[in-house]
Amino acid sequence: MPEATGTRTGLGAPAWRRLLGWALVCGIALALFAAVLLAAGKDPLRAYADTFRSTLGSAYGFSELLVRMTPLLLTAVAAALPSRLGLINVGGEGQLYMGAWMASAGALAFRAWPAWLLLPCVALLGFIGGAAWAALPGLLRAARLVNETIATLLLNYVAPLIVSYSVFGPWRATESSAYPQSSAFPEAALLPAYFETRVHAGLLIALAALLAYWVIMEKTRWGVDMRAIGGNPEAAQRLGLPVATWIVVALAIGGGAAGLAGMGEAMGIHGRLRVGLSPGYGFTGFLISWLAGGRPLGILCMAFLFAILTSAGDTLQITQGLPYSAINLLLALILFIVLARRPGRRAAR
Amino acid sequence: MTTPLALGVLAGAVLSGTSLLYATLGETIVERAGIVNLGLEGVLLIGASVGFAVTAATGHALLGLGAAAMAGGLANLMLGWLVVVRQANQLASGLAMLFFGFGASALIGAPYVGAVITGLPKWRPALLAALPWVAGSTLCNYDILTWLAVPVAVLVWWALFRTSWGLGLRAVGESPAVAFASGRNPAILQGQALAAGGVLGGLAGAHLSLSLTLTWAEYMTGGRGFIAIALVIFSKWHPLRAVAGALLFGGAEALQLQLQARGSEISPFLLEMFPYLLTLLVLLAWGGSRRLSAPAGLGRTFYGMD
Repeated sequence: MPEATGTRTGLGAPAWRRLLGWALVCGIALALFAAVLLAAGKDPLRAYADTFRSTLGSAYGFSELLVRMTPLLLTAVAAALPSRLGLINVGGEGQLYMGAWMASAGALAFRAWPAWLLLPCVALLGFIGGAAWAALPGLLRAARLVNETIATLLLNYVAPLIVSYSVFGPWRATESSAYPQSSAFPEAALLPAYFETRVHAGLLIALAALLAYWVIMEKTRWGVDMRAIGGNPEAAQRLGLPVATWIVVALAIGGGAAGLAGMGEAMGIHGRLRVGLSPGYGFTGFLISWLAGGRPLGILCMAFLFAILTSAGDTLQITQGLPYSAINLLLALILFIVLARRPGRRAAR
Repeated sequence: MTTPLALGVLAGAVLSGTSLLYATLGETIVERAGIVNLGLEGVLLIGASVGFAVTAATGHALLGLGAAAMAGGLANLMLGWLVVVRQANQLASGLAMLFFGFGASALIGAPYVGAVITGLPKWRPALLAALPWVAGSTLCNYDILTWLAVPVAVLVWWALFRTSWGLGLRAVGESPAVAFASGRNPAILQGQALAAGGVLGGLAGAHLSLSLTLTWAEYMTGGRGFIAIALVIFSKWHPLRAVAGALLFGGAEALQLQLQARGSEISPFLLEMFPYLLTLLVLLAWGGSRRLSAPAGLGRTFYGMD
């Protein structure tokens, strides 16, 4: 029999205790990860110090955190919105790629359009790309044919192949470049950047998406309906709620948010479509949403935290010669600790 | 041209299918005990990286194979600690295992990127080599894992359906409470299932790096773990049907590779999508009937009898 209560980051805990709990979780995870790095013959303290200096130590470093937060916020919303209905969207990565792909298609096809027309159109296409990629598993789930978890996971592997196909094939830049990428997007399709940094309008879109998510869930009838379905789909069905429609719509809107993340990376950072557009932002966004329990403010804090943590991946790569993906181990450790200390029964989604 | 293509696909199907079959068998055992390991992909990556690292360091592929099997078993036991002992949510724990596999395998494999190894030894029985259409092809020239794949499937079937242990295991998967009431210990049985499944998962990963590619690359399993989870559903949680499933999907991969090697007009990226789309299609076709054959207690946490 597990302990019914205990120190945990539950809904009821006061804010300071929740914060303390998270500090403890991160502390343990960082200590364990340091032990692993030490075993690999690396210098964890230097890695942590370097990460701290390159993120919180300077104004530019801080701006880079905001750059990294942008796709994480959107992919977190992509997982959070369907999670209110009890759906598990682990396909943020693929939806991000499809958003970038559709947005790129628009930017390349309508190069002559002025910015006031092209930019909204590209953003809309990014949303549609991600939404369509998530609506497919949504339809399969609504028809009770395929579980959305496995379908979204599988589609993660297909979307980057579509991008690769386009970038190596029809869209390949003709102007030199051995590196496979599309030709540069027209100026009018690029998201404006601010303060001489790489912080771009995508951050505003991400914050607006998070705000919209909060408003929809807390202030509208739709939020009530969705939570009713998440609580008890059968009862919701009997109440006359269109459960199947909501499943498709929630997944599609979530996928659209992830698509906007891809659009932001392509139009705000790279200015072209590239193969390695995302170092797993979709998966990290899912983790953020799950750890935050789908709560908007929690997502904001977690996205900031995970922006710092994943920055450590870059540090490891640059100064310690380790692959970026080694950072996934740190994320896994955090998840392990949270799972191990969150006692049963209160089954978390 | 058609006969060699068919032969090439057949030979490739057996090679690609081997890893899929071990992974599917491992997941079948685990799911029969009522646990979904969504992190199978991570276990495969750990098996592939550990197998390759140990082989590169010692020069003995069989040592690498053993280490991979142990690493896979340990990884699954870690998952077991979360979902059985700590009673954590299974899907979230599986995803944690996925991330763990991404990160751990990248760390383990990093020093050995580009290393050259001698893979698992292959041999072809003289009797088969004498057959006319076998002699000139890669057909029937297999390593130990491939030769043992079908016997292992039979062994798993026998253990699950013809032993008292297997009966208890399946009972736990259907209803832990009933199994507990009839004197079985669900936690121990689930732990054993996870360990066995992890060993098979580790072997599946090792087959990729020690026999198929002979290299280590990050994310080299390319979603085979998820395809294997789908194969469990396809085979309706039955080890012998898994053999057919693994051959079918191995064939899809082999066909894709054969077409690429023959300079097909179709872009290799579009061909690479084929196995994933086929998986979705199969899940779609099997969707209606899955609820009838899945273990009833699958994915549920057993909280004890009070």
